[in-house]
Amino acid sequence: MKAFRILGRNIRDSFKSVFRNFSLSLASISCITITLMVVAVSIVLSFNVTNFTKIVERDVTIVAFLDVDITEEEREKVYDQIIVLDNIEPSNVEFIDKMDISEEMMESSDVFNSIMSEWTREESPIQDTYQIKVTDINLINKTAEEIKDIKNVDIVKYGEGMVEQLVSVFDVIRKVTFGIVIALIIVTAFLIANTIKITIMSRKREIEIMRLVGASNINIKIPFIFEGLILGMFGSIIPIVVTLYGYTALYDHFGGQLFTNFIKLVEPTPFIYLTSLGLLLIGMIVGMFGSSRAVKKYLKI
Amino acid sequence: MDLIRIKDVKKTYKTGTTAIYDLDLTIKKGEFVFIIGSTGCGKSTLIKMLYREEKPSSGQILVGGLDVGKIKNRKVYKLRRKIGVVFQNYQLLPNETAYENVAFALEVLGLPKDEVHSKVMKVLDLVGLKNKAKQYPRHLSGGEQQRVAIARAIVNGPKILICDEPTGNLDPETSMEIMDVLEAINELGTTIIMVTHDINIVKKMKKRVVKLDSGRIVKDYKEGEYKDESI
Repeated sequence: MKAFRILGRNIRDSFKSVFRNFSLSLASISCITITLMVVAVSIVLSFNVTNFTKIVERDVTIVAFLDVDITEEEREKVYDQIIVLDNIEPSNVEFIDKMDISEEMMESSDVFNSIMSEWTREESPIQDTYQIKVTDINLINKTAEEIKDIKNVDIVKYGEGMVEQLVSVFDVIRKVTFGIVIALIIVTAFLIANTIKITIMSRKREIEIMRLVGASNINIKIPFIFEGLILGMFGSIIPIVVTLYGYTALYDHFGGQLFTNFIKLVEPTPFIYLTSLGLLLIGMIVGMFGSSRAVKKYLKI
Repeated sequence: MDLIRIKDVKKTYKTGTTAIYDLDLTIKKGEFVFIIGSTGCGKSTLIKMLYREEKPSSGQILVGGLDVGKIKNRKVYKLRRKIGVVFQNYQLLPNETAYENVAFALEVLGLPKDEVHSKVMKVLDLVGLKNKAKQYPRHLSGGEQQRVAIARAIVNGPKILICDEPTGNLDPETSMEIMDVLEAINELGTTIIMVTHDINIVKKMKKRVVKLDSGRIVKDYKEGEYKDESI
């Protein structure tokens, strides 16, 4: 009970202090707001990139065209060689017979139909293929090369270049934003430390009296730590609102995809709620970290 | 019973100045002791060591059984709860009322609201300020402000009340009013140690008087022994 009463009093004091030094508090809150906005953007970006990479990983297929005159035995041999490669699971290798491809093409167009219906298996210039999904998209280039080296494999296609470039560009963006976020968080923590330092100075007399009447050190320190936490919480309000409404609006505006249906956006629920929770926690932790630094440095008791 | 026992205490500041030399002093429970001496004689250092604002360089200070020099910084609050301190400049919070200033001392200790209320009102009554509980310090006279400070110092029932020139800013008449309050508190059993320059008060009160000079006790007058001497 006693501890709760003291805690209640501490929280009340912290709120009072935030409003007593309002201009200074506002500076800290704005700084946290800006930092958390960048954090929000980077979270959105990074999750979407991850999402996109996953989709690419799921959908990108290496197509290995086999020699036209390949025998069934040779075909089996190619299969055996493909499945032993590092980046490939046997279940992700699918054989497509050239006759099935012909049929599919004939169904799609009358022109094809009239030409191709005449062909026998031996005459057909269409090649049998293996459609292969890789485990790690970053190694797709190497895997494709390895497949190409297998005997009786004629050509290997997988949209080379484009996929890796997209993935690596997004990866760079993700890393740069991460760096900026870390830098901003450090600056914010320093600014909060400064705010709390001034609060400590302005409450010097109160602190002296608290010490005189026998308040324990932890009791004297806690309100300042809470103050940092409150600044962090206030600072996260705008970024949270922007995330909640902004991302949903963005998602609806683009119809859930960016530029092409190849790049799908992460669905808003529960993504925006988790992101908001993350922002709140980051704000609170940065606030507390900043204030505890100041308390350690300036509150000598 | 000795409430305070000071043995062979020496205090040298980091600057190299020695404020107290080989000081021995015992104060019994319920005593009223004046500490007098010229400026710079070590009076303030002596009482600051009692509530552990300063640490003795050597020797031992026992306050209510606690060895003051050995208390760790984070445990000092335990000593402070046994001691009330009053200063010349009152040290009140300007934006809190008289009531809130006194209640502050109990709230930081986590006492329930109704207990805080009854204790604060009781002590404000004792210092004669019950009807000014809602006034802010700026609306109170110097004497009244000092009475609020005294109320705050004694509200949690300390065994010892240390007063560092409590009448230093007050006129003779108001000073005597403050002394009446202190005497009343002393009669309730609280030991009082008061540093002062005001020789008239010392003469009128006829209490024990300890005279310091250059960091040493030069005279320890028993109750009623002190005669007209210059400080």
